[in-house]
Amino acid sequence: MSIVKTKLDRRSFLKASALAGGGMMLSFSWLAGCKPSPKEVALGLPDEWFEMNAFIKIGENGAVTLFNPNPEFGQNVKTSMPMILAEELDVDWKNVWVEQADFYPERYGRQFTGGSQSIRQGWQPLRTAGATARAMLVAAAAQSWNVPANEITTESGVLIHQASGKKAGYGEMASLAATLPVPEEVELKDKKDFKIIGTSKKNVEVNKILTGKPLFTIDYKKEGMLVAMIEHAPAFGMRLKSFDAAEAKSMPGIKDVFSFKVHQDDYEHNFFDTTTHYEMIAVVGNTTWEVMQAKKKLKAEWEVAPERSIMQSGFGGNASKVKIPAGLESSEGHRARMEEFSKKPGNILRRDGDPEAAFKKAAKILERTYNAPYLAHNCMEPVTCYAHVTADQAELYGPIQAPEVISNTLSARLGLPKEKIQINLARMGGGFGQRAYGHHLVEAAVISKQVGAPIKMVYSREDDMTYGIYRPTYTATYRAALDENNKLLALHVKAGGIPETPIAPNRFPAGALDNYLAEGWAIESNITIGAFRAPRSNFIASAEQSFLDELAEEMDKDPIDFRLELLERAKTNPVGSNNDYDAERYAGVLKLVKEKSNWGQSEPGIHRGVSAYFCHNSYVAEVLDLRLEGNKPVVENVVAAVDCGIVINPDAAANMGEGAIVDGIGNAFFGELPFKDGVPQKNNFHQYRMIRMAEAPKKVEVHFVKNDIDPTGLGEPLFPPIFAAVSNALYQATGRRLYNQPFMKELESEITRM
Amino acid sequence: MATFNLNINGKTQIVDVDPNTPILWVLRDHLDLVGTKYGCGIAQCGSCTVIMDGNAVRSCSIPVSAAEGTKITTIEGLSEKGDHPVQKAWMEHDVPQCGYCQAGQIMSAVALLDNNPNPSDTDIDNAMNGNICRCGTYVRIKKAIKTAANS
Repeated sequence: MSIVKTKLDRRSFLKASALAGGGMMLSFSWLAGCKPSPKEVALGLPDEWFEMNAFIKIGENGAVTLFNPNPEFGQNVKTSMPMILAEELDVDWKNVWVEQADFYPERYGRQFTGGSQSIRQGWQPLRTAGATARAMLVAAAAQSWNVPANEITTESGVLIHQASGKKAGYGEMASLAATLPVPEEVELKDKKDFKIIGTSKKNVEVNKILTGKPLFTIDYKKEGMLVAMIEHAPAFGMRLKSFDAAEAKSMPGIKDVFSFKVHQDDYEHNFFDTTTHYEMIAVVGNTTWEVMQAKKKLKAEWEVAPERSIMQSGFGGNASKVKIPAGLESSEGHRARMEEFSKKPGNILRRDGDPEAAFKKAAKILERTYNAPYLAHNCMEPVTCYAHVTADQAELYGPIQAPEVISNTLSARLGLPKEKIQINLARMGGGFGQRAYGHHLVEAAVISKQVGAPIKMVYSREDDMTYGIYRPTYTATYRAALDENNKLLALHVKAGGIPETPIAPNRFPAGALDNYLAEGWAIESNITIGAFRAPRSNFIASAEQSFLDELAEEMDKDPIDFRLELLERAKTNPVGSNNDYDAERYAGVLKLVKEKSNWGQSEPGIHRGVSAYFCHNSYVAEVLDLRLEGNKPVVENVVAAVDCGIVINPDAAANMGEGAIVDGIGNAFFGELPFKDGVPQKNNFHQYRMIRMAEAPKKVEVHFVKNDIDPTGLGEPLFPPIFAAVSNALYQATGRRLYNQPFMKELESEITRM
Repeated sequence: MATFNLNINGKTQIVDVDPNTPILWVLRDHLDLVGTKYGCGIAQCGSCTVIMDGNAVRSCSIPVSAAEGTKITTIEGLSEKGDHPVQKAWMEHDVPQCGYCQAGQIMSAVALLDNNPNPSDTDIDNAMNGNICRCGTYVRIKKAIKTAANS
């Protein structure tokens, strides 16, 4: 049992009514289909709700509503975050229903989905909120029964005073509890007493998803709402010159056609304001199909844009000038420039020992270069947003991972104070990092303001795929110095990309090597990039873990044993002091995957690859088994071992892990977005190959290390290591090391060359 | 514009739209049946899958003019209470992540099982290969189809 101060969490106890001026609760009419129906909760709907705090309402009948603070994009926080509340509140899950909180940072604090941080950063605040509400219910019972509070226990929504035999449901005490002062300190449960955390609960929205209820922004409708689509420049580095709207405007059902600026010219951008196209054309009409037809009739002229600069603040806040270069870029040019930069010295990001001297005296040097292309996120729900902007307020409903950041942007763009802007959080049809960037909310708001009506803006798939905010293209060169006895003397990595380096300099294998050098470089570009499931890690893990596999072979060591040796060194006698990983936990997942995959036992026709990585505070090791059907690789099985501390919702956590593995295999095999003269060379799924059922592994097992360490996230960590598990297994199968993603393309070209 | 008599989920629906309007947008914009999703508009992702006369079809690429005289079932018409064996199997395996593609996945699975009650892995791969799940829930989808086949 631990005692925590409620202070940090006290804003969640502000009542909505006490917040006049501090936050606005617009009467946002959500579709009837999305309200919980009484039958969904065992106790049914109460007559009255009593608000314990921002996260918790209790009805007089004992029914409980829990609010999920963070945006849901498939990572299942809408189930797992309320599970944490329910645990400390001590209620029966069957009496709980869950609602999505609107964006309301004054009450909820951090409402951000990204970096696999929801559970990690929500853990303490949610436990505290649940425990505090429980303490207030106990205090209400103590007052009603005139007994000391510390003699009262709770059990699944029931207050009990053993000595007097008194019992009451939470519902009976809720109205009094809601009026009591919030305690300064509360007790949290012992982890061993958890009843909900660690047990699998179904996705709270699964029923609505399976029956086609309106859930997503694209499903949203409101009286008088128009549909808007946009036309953006066909290429990066181009801008609008002029357009003729006459024909489009004359099409059936069309209300208006106009160009608009997404930001004002002197706007100081924040971190998530990444904008590819500063001026666009909007087509607004009655129905989606009519707008799609009118869009085809637009006659727009585009011109090459000059170089420009914007002011943009970093993740920490400080603004700096960012150059957007002119030019129509192509993948071929990118490759040549990256090769050129690879050969020049980079910025030294970490240097341990004397790596240069070690390379000088090396008997053998192993050097390999790895490349990966740009990737498009391709969320299944294309970019979309509802907005209703009037002279004095704005209401938005959209898929957004970072609502707080975009609320500042909207305030600046619309000239409205933040409390007059209500952002409601839609379930997202995928996000993967891309929905952290809220350009679509600004675009929808500007369009709504211009037409003076509520609008739902929908991108076509082509508009979505060609908009930008991609996973960058990267290259990494690894070098290892070996002595005459094949002992590893030094490791050197130089890696860069357009427009960033993928290196995390204090991450393994830094810390495990006496002589280590990490250099980074970057090339600027007008092709916009953004977070993509485990940014940077999703490439550097593939390069590093492929290289370690090849190095282990060169040193005649088992690839798992080799990694364990390095980790043992990092644990017992670490080099440097800033290493950002726990070597023991890292080794733990390798040991677990070794055991669970029966590593070392071979099966005819099955080729295995192993890979491991630490990022976003969690540790993962994966073993992938494939066989060749002719020349075609077929993934049979993937075994993953994960250490993310306490697992809140095990089956959902496994689902997340399976998905990340499938996603990674798909991108490793097929993912690629090339450019020619600034134009993305793929604009829909007939060109952009995504993994499909037949290419998915036949089986995926996700095993969790059992411990009681505070939980960390899962959305990203299983994704980066799978790329190298694929390439390492392909090497075992084909005898060829693959250095260029996507691997199927390289594999096919290798086969053609033979 | 023209008037069309449609049979959707066993009900007659009359719409007055451009004959080229895909069934997808008639469902979503005119009939408020938004369970059928827009994903690509070119029959490549399967998010818009509905069942037309017993077959899984991509509603984004079939004009409403071709729908008259056919029977269309959408996700909303699969069952009254969400208890179609395929929906139940999806629930049992807690398949969805973001959930956006799942209506299309379910409709493809229903059409598969209606035509082939005991599909092999290859049958499943073939029938489901037109449906993309960006979250990568394929392993669970396959398990759910097998569960539904056995129920």
